[in-house]
Amino acid sequence: MNSTPSSPATSPAPFVSNPRVRRKLRQERIAQAVFATMVVLMLLPLLGILVYLVVRGAPLISWEFLTTNPSKGMTAGGIWSALLGTVWLVVVSLAFSAPIGVLAAVYLNEYAKDNWFTRVVNLAVVNLAGVPSIVHALFGLGAFVLFFGMGRSILAASLTLAVMTMPVVITATREALGAVPMSFREACWNVGATRWQTIRRIVLPNAVSGILTGVILEISRKAGETVPIMFTGAVFFRAIPEGDLFAYRLTDQCMALSMHLYTVTTQVTGAPAALPFAVATVLILAIILINATSIAIRAWLRSHRKW
Amino acid sequence: MISRRRRYEILSERSIETLIYLCGISAIIFVFGICFFVFREGLPLVFKEDTNFSLGKFFFSTEWFPTSMANKRYGALALIVGTLTVTILAMVIAVPFALGATVFLSEFCGGKFRETLKIVIELLAAIPSIVWGFIGLTVINPLIIQVFHVPVGLNALNGAVILALMAMPIMVSIGEDALKAVPDSYREAALALGATRWQMVFRVLLPAAKNGLLAAVLLGVGRAVGETMGVLMATGHAVNIPFFRDDGSFNWGWMFESVRTLTATIAAELGETSQGSDHYRVLFLIGVLLLSITFVINLTADLVVKGIRKQK
Repeated sequence: MNSTPSSPATSPAPFVSNPRVRRKLRQERIAQAVFATMVVLMLLPLLGILVYLVVRGAPLISWEFLTTNPSKGMTAGGIWSALLGTVWLVVVSLAFSAPIGVLAAVYLNEYAKDNWFTRVVNLAVVNLAGVPSIVHALFGLGAFVLFFGMGRSILAASLTLAVMTMPVVITATREALGAVPMSFREACWNVGATRWQTIRRIVLPNAVSGILTGVILEISRKAGETVPIMFTGAVFFRAIPEGDLFAYRLTDQCMALSMHLYTVTTQVTGAPAALPFAVATVLILAIILINATSIAIRAWLRSHRKW
Repeated sequence: MISRRRRYEILSERSIETLIYLCGISAIIFVFGICFFVFREGLPLVFKEDTNFSLGKFFFSTEWFPTSMANKRYGALALIVGTLTVTILAMVIAVPFALGATVFLSEFCGGKFRETLKIVIELLAAIPSIVWGFIGLTVINPLIIQVFHVPVGLNALNGAVILALMAMPIMVSIGEDALKAVPDSYREAALALGATRWQMVFRVLLPAAKNGLLAAVLLGVGRAVGETMGVLMATGHAVNIPFFRDDGSFNWGWMFESVRTLTATIAAELGETSQGSDHYRVLFLIGVLLLSITFVINLTADLVVKGIRKQK
């Protein structure tokens, strides 16, 4: 830092605080404080609310609560049939959307050329992610329940969920595939492997953690959705044998946790005040647990990347 | 002469590639499928004769009495206004906070703290809409009654707060990507000229990232318009244009009026309609309307983002 000797009177000496510098520093501190306050104002109430829900619901939650059917007009008992229903919906719907989503991402990342058709496909993925859940519900009702004659069933509800959450897995898988270096593929082609052999033996194994992250995120989306299953397969109440994991059939209607929360909050009178909180708590904890798994896998992936 | 083994390999490679191609275009098939089936159930009503439904009334009448015995009326204007009111109010609440949080996250904090914040925001984005609706009903509702001394807390403000809370995490994560896309050389140049970080953010960063930030807001709007369970439980569910009193004067307390949105109407009424009835079809028409709105919003967001890429 050279001070300019020509005009020593007007130029301020370096590193000596003068009003202008002090003002700038003050500005900087204020800016930081304002932004930090905004984040705090955004996050604290939210976390407070969640803690409040969990604190009010926690006393009711026990192993028995999870494994008994609702009883007495849903004012007593547990949430077994809703819990199992959600698991069924998630698993069945995953069986459709995970393979199709992963292969769609393989197409977009490995095969598609940069032309108008690929742009249309991309646009379709973006739009599919943006379609409101209620429109997905209408689609599920019009297509799977009525047109394909599945009736209101686990199958129809799962398919609706599958179409709705597919963009999640497509996006995550594309990202994971894109992170595999091109040189891996080129090395493989050079020893005579075909495109598909390269993808199956080299690209997919190297992207598996990223794909898993996407699939887990998809699970959490599916588990929480209410609207798409409301008219395609979920019912207010249904008692099933307790303790039997295969108590539902694909053609059955089922209860679901999210739907059950809606029911006990708005449709049931005379339930103990803590009951809806307990259902909400189970739902929130399940979702947070699923997402935390996905975040942990991603963190592990970052620290263990070989290239 | 190709060996049998080689032929088998070629065949399996071909079939797997066809399968991948089919999965690849599945997104297009689904989007068209959604349009087709929603239109298929809704459109017959537009061309049906001897019905009380007309497109003019649908868009410009506030009389929504689909279950009236004597005179069924299908005017969705109040529902459209309800959706707009709640969405715009939600954005007014959410955008400043989301913008501040985005800038803070991307420019003012670093390291572990930032990673933690990002994880918390991601978890918040994952909370299902039914839980938000439940929060609106059990937490925000009594809060509004106490703070503003109004008789009912299930109103436009409640719905907007819920939508704002839901949309913020998404807007922050997309907005942060937009700020990340601004090259570091911009920041360095501004700081080297003696700008404070505050000046750097407002004079350099925000103008440079404005398209990406706009896209973030648009996607937040798209989410808010399409949100169902949250607003179904929080807005009070009364078909009502909140801005006018019965005598036609402007209602200054419009925030505390109960409203109903397009999405909530479908969710609440579809279960009670019989398949093929006018009421059933008009709900699908509302679906068509929602689909068009969100398509336009998403396409605009996409074009805005494309616009940035072209500039570079």
